Amino acid sequence: MTAPDAHQAAAGDALPLLAVEGLTLERGPSRILDGVSLTLGRGETLALVGESGAGKSTIAFALMGLIGKGEAKIAGRMRFDEVEDLVSLNERGWGRLRGRRIAMVFQDAGAALDPCYTVGGQLVSVLRRQLGLSRAKARERALELLEGVGINDAEARLSAYPHELSGGMQQRVMVAIALACNPELLLADEPTSALDVTIQAQIIRLILTEIRARGASCVFVLHDLALASQSCDKIVVLYAGQVMEAGPSRGILEHPRHPYTRLLKSCVLEIGTETLDPPEGGVPSYGDMPAGCRFATRCPNALPRCFAERPVLAAEGERLIACFNPEPRQ
Amino acid sequence: MTKPGTAAPAASPAQGTNAPGTGASDRPVFELLDVEKRFTVSRPAGFLKREKRSLAALDGVRLTVRRGASIALVGESGSGKSTLLRVLLGLAEPSDGKALYLGQPVKEVRAKSRDFARSVAMIYQDARASLDPRMTVSALIAEPLLHFGLCGREAVGERVAALLTRVGLPAEIAGRYPAALSGGQVRRVAIARALAAEPTVLIADEAVSGLDVSTQAQLLNLLRGLKREMGLTLLFITHDLGVASYLCEEIAIMYLGRIVETGPTDAVLSAPAHPYSLALRRAAPEFFAPITDPLEGEIPSPLDLPPGCRFATRCPFVEDDCRSAEPILAPVARGRTVACRHPLNAEDSPVSPQMPAPAVTHAVGSRPGEGAEVSA
Repeated sequence: MTAPDAHQAAAGDALPLLAVEGLTLERGPSRILDGVSLTLGRGETLALVGESGAGKSTIAFALMGLIGKGEAKIAGRMRFDEVEDLVSLNERGWGRLRGRRIAMVFQDAGAALDPCYTVGGQLVSVLRRQLGLSRAKARERALELLEGVGINDAEARLSAYPHELSGGMQQRVMVAIALACNPELLLADEPTSALDVTIQAQIIRLILTEIRARGASCVFVLHDLALASQSCDKIVVLYAGQVMEAGPSRGILEHPRHPYTRLLKSCVLEIGTETLDPPEGGVPSYGDMPAGCRFATRCPNALPRCFAERPVLAAEGERLIACFNPEPRQ
Repeated sequence: MTKPGTAAPAASPAQGTNAPGTGASDRPVFELLDVEKRFTVSRPAGFLKREKRSLAALDGVRLTVRRGASIALVGESGSGKSTLLRVLLGLAEPSDGKALYLGQPVKEVRAKSRDFARSVAMIYQDARASLDPRMTVSALIAEPLLHFGLCGREAVGERVAALLTRVGLPAEIAGRYPAALSGGQVRRVAIARALAAEPTVLIADEAVSGLDVSTQAQLLNLLRGLKREMGLTLLFITHDLGVASYLCEEIAIMYLGRIVETGPTDAVLSAPAHPYSLALRRAAPEFFAPITDPLEGEIPSPLDLPPGCRFATRCPFVEDDCRSAEPILAPVARGRTVACRHPLNAEDSPVSPQMPAPAVTHAVGSRPGEGAEVSA
């Protein structure tokens, strides 16, 4: 469907670019991710959605190889293109991927950019290290990248420090740095949560345009379901580290089958929303999680077995759903 | 709109300090009359030189808050929402114009008695920072009760328990410290604390932003219920048009220190008259709608204001005369005002974007060509 990038056309069109299977991550006694699986094809966009503590950002960090070995116990499999297992990949292996083939746009650009280096300096250092460009070539390319992400007067901005830019401009610079090496997979962790709505629309459009132009794939971490429906082909609904429902975003958001997806959607405020019917309470702490489905404590459809037994993520048409008592089919 | 005569008789100090309920009920709770707030900033002007420049954070702002009204104040960062709030609360004095509370200057009312502080309650944007980390929840909620002498010490426990129930918190939370509470719980404590003094006006600065949607929905339902039960006058600062439409009957949209449009929330959002309101309306995420061509560029610096209309630099409908003189807020329809030389009329409503974008919004379905279609 989408033309794969030139430098990896041979790598088998049948296999998805990214396949995560049973990813589990434990920090001390807390199981932050509990058997997460997802796949992403070339040129596809996927949204990880859910409330805070769902593990959305943790998945993105794991895909970027940013989980310290001593900090957390990680199990399961993550295959990226021809790299069979990202989970057991060593730091040298990550050095060949991170920033070059998998890149990330962080949530808070102001914090992610180094305050002590100019915008140009940060771009040039990435281009020189990763692509081995000469200083002059790197500077030329940095200028092109800044212009590409819609920064006016890019020449002058090269010598600006991050604090001298507005939040929207900082995020554009982040996008430029992430795209510097034409990655095959872009991870965007809540790229617009700190920005005004008009700027949010600008940045999301920018990211979508750029990855489409490169035939790259993108994983967005989002908390706004409406925004996810506007920007992503696929959606993975997470709750407390478990996948509740996954599949094409349109189908899932138009007709949620999992009770959690339905409740999450019913909390979304649109202009003219008359009533909101949120689930009671909040996400329980890890110590109080039921052994079965973690949503069982707040689920209106919960059955006794939901608390004891974990429903398997099973295919149903194009979507995957983990629930013993889903909403009726439409 | 504003008749100086009506405010005059009430200005006698004898009445003013007393209960806001009697006799003053027809008077607006708050009135801003052409409020201007300037700050002086100094910035580099060549080698070792600095120049002093005047920055107008608010410029010619008029706003009337009637008793029982619920008003959403909407705008992006830098639009002057927070400065307007500081002026309303008497924390900043207007450089020009008047800020009145029940017909009297806010500054005077505040200086004269505690009534103002008791009647006007505030929920701050960063709820956690607004609560003393060394006080327990019960002590935090009891503080206003004791400060205003609303009940004896023996009754405090009971009142605190009642307030906790009212905001939907379990009783056992009373002994905890703010650090042990979740984001949603902290907001509820801030609301309970604001309600403790039995205010008539509640001012909330982004009280539900940065929360999970389910927590946000719970809090919005709580605030809606409180407004109804207690007959509160509500002024809600938000950047989220969905929140504004859910909670507030009226809306005031700000851009660069000016109010650019006011009116009933439903009417304004279904057919904005100001191009900026339309841009905001269309930038709000909407299920399955394509992401529309957003507004170009960013809000200009208030130090380098463009000539004429401040929105002219980003306005897709800009015409030559927009750049010559600044438009003033004038009536466009019943209960609606707009500050625009060429206001959009109902036919250009947001469901049929006339902006130079091929966008389609949900109401017109897949018929982008039929520009003049109106949903309402």
